[in-house]
Amino acid sequence: MTSLLGFMRFLFGALAICALAVLVTPIHAEPQVPPVNPQASAISEQSLLQQAPRIEGRIDIPNETASVLMQPDGRVWRYFHEVLLHWTGAILILGTIALLAIAYFVVGRLRISAGRSGIKVLRFSSFERFSHWLTATCFVLLGLTGLNITFGKLLLLPLIGPEAFSTFSEGAKYVHNFVSFPFVLGLVLIITIWMKDNVLRKVDVVWLKEGGGFIPSKHPTAGRFNAGEKLVFWLALGAGAAVSVSGYLLLFPFYVTDIFGMQIAQGVHAVIAVLFIALIIGHIYIGTLGMEGAFEAMGTGSVDLNWAKEHHGLWLEEEIAKGRAKLPAPATPAE
Amino acid sequence: MARMKFLCDAERCIDCNACVTACKNENEVPWGINRRRVVTINDGKPGERSVSMACMHCTDPPCASVCPVSCFYVTVDHVVLHSKDLCIGCGYCFYACPFGAPQYPKVGNFGSRGKMDKCTYCAGGPETDGSPEEFAKYGANRLAAGKLPLCAEMCSTKSLLAGDGEIIAEIYKDRVRKRGYGTGAWGWTTAYHEGIKV
Repeated sequence: MTSLLGFMRFLFGALAICALAVLVTPIHAEPQVPPVNPQASAISEQSLLQQAPRIEGRIDIPNETASVLMQPDGRVWRYFHEVLLHWTGAILILGTIALLAIAYFVVGRLRISAGRSGIKVLRFSSFERFSHWLTATCFVLLGLTGLNITFGKLLLLPLIGPEAFSTFSEGAKYVHNFVSFPFVLGLVLIITIWMKDNVLRKVDVVWLKEGGGFIPSKHPTAGRFNAGEKLVFWLALGAGAAVSVSGYLLLFPFYVTDIFGMQIAQGVHAVIAVLFIALIIGHIYIGTLGMEGAFEAMGTGSVDLNWAKEHHGLWLEEEIAKGRAKLPAPATPAE
Repeated sequence: MARMKFLCDAERCIDCNACVTACKNENEVPWGINRRRVVTINDGKPGERSVSMACMHCTDPPCASVCPVSCFYVTVDHVVLHSKDLCIGCGYCFYACPFGAPQYPKVGNFGSRGKMDKCTYCAGGPETDGSPEEFAKYGANRLAAGKLPLCAEMCSTKSLLAGDGEIIAEIYKDRVRKRGYGTGAWGWTTAYHEGIKV
């Protein structure tokens, strides 16, 4: 029985294979066409992202920035903006304030050693003071509105609520945008009027070596500006140029650069601005709380003769030589 | 609750831009703004693919975390929406968005940015569902009416799928199994931190 069944199975199998062969074999033998693989050259997201950080293509709508299909680096920018910037900004600004507070309590206010003479010497003309205060006012407005964009949602939003904060921030954005123009004007004025007085000289090295006037016993002499002021000048010039260029790239989005350029511009703008703010906090400290007789130079324009002698001796000599300042007549002894 | 997602099957997209048109019409999107767009990669070369892209309603959305006024919110269906009343048009969400979704009307100063506009997954905004105020600001709220986004509903080749992530992933997997190929769910790894394994 088993052998018969096996034979039958073999027979049917053979017949089936023959039938299949007849069905499959084309009547006219044609050259073999390889099967089409629609995936053979297909581009994949993964391989594209390995080649470049962004996937770009052609787009039908008239919006070139929309031709970037994907830029996963948006999340990297988010990490910069929400983590790195928040921490570095807070540490730099609060750190500067803390250092200055320490300086104030340890070194204290730098006094005029010889006391006030009562004689005034003109230090800054009204145009110089205008240029300074134009830039300074703009800087404070830009700094506060800029800090609001980064830190406002952490500090101000919980206090005043979303609606009020949004209204304030929108106004702050407009202030930030428009005040940028007078700020740049102020920068240009400052550079033009003070560039020549801020060229570094040999005396600046001595000034730095002797502790820059922070050691009460020593009064290193200086020209119109000392090395510290020159440093502030050049750093402010560099930072001002950097925030202005990056700021206008942000103000006129995508006119000059693509999405990567915009992210870099924002990063540069934010980091330089935070450093700039830290620098100017130091500048404000030494010009007000940190030193007696310093503020009136920019306030009224005139400084006390003894202050000038102690901090800007070389400049005072020049002024005297030019006849713009007079030393007090030597006191005649009473007879 | 569903976890709403978009999926564009690049093997089916024919770059017809019907999704773009449907979106503009359904939501009465202002002139110059396209919430959805179709990008063709390797145009005219072998292996060319077109992908329809809009807001992907990301997991852990970067736009929401960089917003300086915190105007974004995520619905129970995980649709990422924002309030135009709070938006100040700063443009940060565009820098953070991996998909270029945020759009700005050029009504701000220097012709730059007004309040941001983006795909709402046809789910409106913070106003009352289906109200005229909501429509004026954000367009249609189809989701509240039990309908899916019109772009996906309109797609003639059913390349663009919208709906619960697990369901549309299953549809896609089924397609890949049947036809034997697929370039994957574009943007899913970036948006949802996971692709679709077939």
